[in-house]
Amino acid sequence: MASDDVWILGINMTKFGKHTDKDTVDLASQAAMAALADGGVTMADMGMLAAGCLMGGGGIAQMIQKQIGQTGIPAYNVSNACATGATALRVAYMSIKSGECDFGLAVGVEKLSGVGLLSGGSRKDDGKTWNRSGRYGAVAATDGRIGTDTMPGVFAQVGMEYAHKYGGADFALFAGISEKNHAHSTLNPLAAYQKRFTLDEIMNDMMIAYPNTRAMCSANCDGGAAAVLVSDAKLKTLSLEQQRRAVKISASILTSDPYQEACQVLPDVNTLTRRAAEQAYAKAGIGPEDLDLVELHDCFATAELVHYDNLMLCEPGGAADFFKSGATWRDGSMPVNVSGGLESKGHPIAATGIANVWEVCHHLRNEAGDRQIQGAKVGLAHVIGLGSACGIHILEKSGL
Amino acid sequence: MPEQIPFVEYLQLAPTPHLVAHQCTSCGARFFDRRNACASCFGTSFEDASIATEGTVRSFTIVSFAAPGIPVPFVSAIIDCDGTSVRGNLTNVTADPEHVSLGMKVRLTTYTVGADEAGTEAIGFAFEPAA
Ligand SMILES: [Zn+2]
Repeated sequence: MASDDVWILGINMTKFGKHTDKDTVDLASQAAMAALADGGVTMADMGMLAAGCLMGGGGIAQMIQKQIGQTGIPAYNVSNACATGATALRVAYMSIKSGECDFGLAVGVEKLSGVGLLSGGSRKDDGKTWNRSGRYGAVAATDGRIGTDTMPGVFAQVGMEYAHKYGGADFALFAGISEKNHAHSTLNPLAAYQKRFTLDEIMNDMMIAYPNTRAMCSANCDGGAAAVLVSDAKLKTLSLEQQRRAVKISASILTSDPYQEACQVLPDVNTLTRRAAEQAYAKAGIGPEDLDLVELHDCFATAELVHYDNLMLCEPGGAADFFKSGATWRDGSMPVNVSGGLESKGHPIAATGIANVWEVCHHLRNEAGDRQIQGAKVGLAHVIGLGSACGIHILEKSGL
Repeated sequence: MPEQIPFVEYLQLAPTPHLVAHQCTSCGARFFDRRNACASCFGTSFEDASIATEGTVRSFTIVSFAAPGIPVPFVSAIIDCDGTSVRGNLTNVTADPEHVSLGMKVRLTTYTVGADEAGTEAIGFAFEPAA
């Protein structure tokens, strides 16, 4: 008897890093074709395509089709900040859930090598005469005059707010999170960086926005990731090998931020993540204690700390002690970002929300080689896009 | 004395400088920017509410690397002004972790951002340590 479960049949990520000889369509096509091959299917099987490339303008889905197969299926172009990849995956998931198709393809890609550390570009020069514009009626640019708009600064404040509320977190602790993720990346051949740093090196690296130094910020790089999803009914008609390697999507959740008092001055990345986690655990019928590994959105070291709490991996308010216990290192009780995370594996924005699912699938399939988390059966992948959007996927190993 | 105008509409210079929020008349949510409806309760009626000029630093960062044209380092902070969260720079304090701390008491102050061709001065706001 078939259920209404949706499975990941094939999945792939390109090497993250600098791809000077490939454009976004090349990287997306490479990941998509590899995901199809991994699943043992072709474009002729796909009933829909959802794709995103945040910085690349519109139409990436159709551009990919022209390179890998124009079959006339519905194509969805997705844009949802750093949650773009997770959103594309969820669009494929929902298409299958709705009964509209049996197979779906989700792709995320970005080229960010050489882009400065900060999005937002330069501040506009002041005009010759003061003219009010925008919703604050400002006479000139506000970035740097009324707080900061830069991502490292915004997420530094997110972490410092947690430190103020609960204590226990300081510069060295935040740097320690980065030390862990860089150490983890040494085992990941697809990571943009595979270099281990000492705590001293991290703390003495170029300061970007205290307490985030350069090593504590997500690494801009190029990369693509893609996944082929399949309905339970169709999966049951495929080979035993395909069924054995398939990974069940036990929960696919997307939230936006509910109104909170302070959200107009500092984005609240906590409430929507906590809500998504609650919904995901309820849907999957598991608790955080059942997870064997977690890939979470460490866009900055200061962000990883608050998400330990938001994903309920620790006691409320206990994220600092939780990290100090060593729990989130790969040999700890709750390995977090064994891929190296965004700080070291890299963060090609729209690819991230599929690449983190790939990492979890890799372990659940027992194919992660040197960095395999032994006996992994259940994992969680989390992304957050500022604005905000939070995507969480809970993934389970096939019982076969 | 040259003509002076506030840098943003939610800064009121007289009689003494203070911030003014649009307050939802049904639920009390406060917004510094123009809103079509309340993000909390969807109400469409707002009234002006003066914000306390003293508060405590709930979070901060010291920005050392910013977009071209922005002087660094500077301290960006989130200040709890008697229950209303305000975003702003800290001023009259050395921009390093030894001099800025979570929970420190601050108060609103103003400064001249610059003058345009007509000589009109734009007056901005920031927060400084309160003794
Ligand atoms: Zn309201």
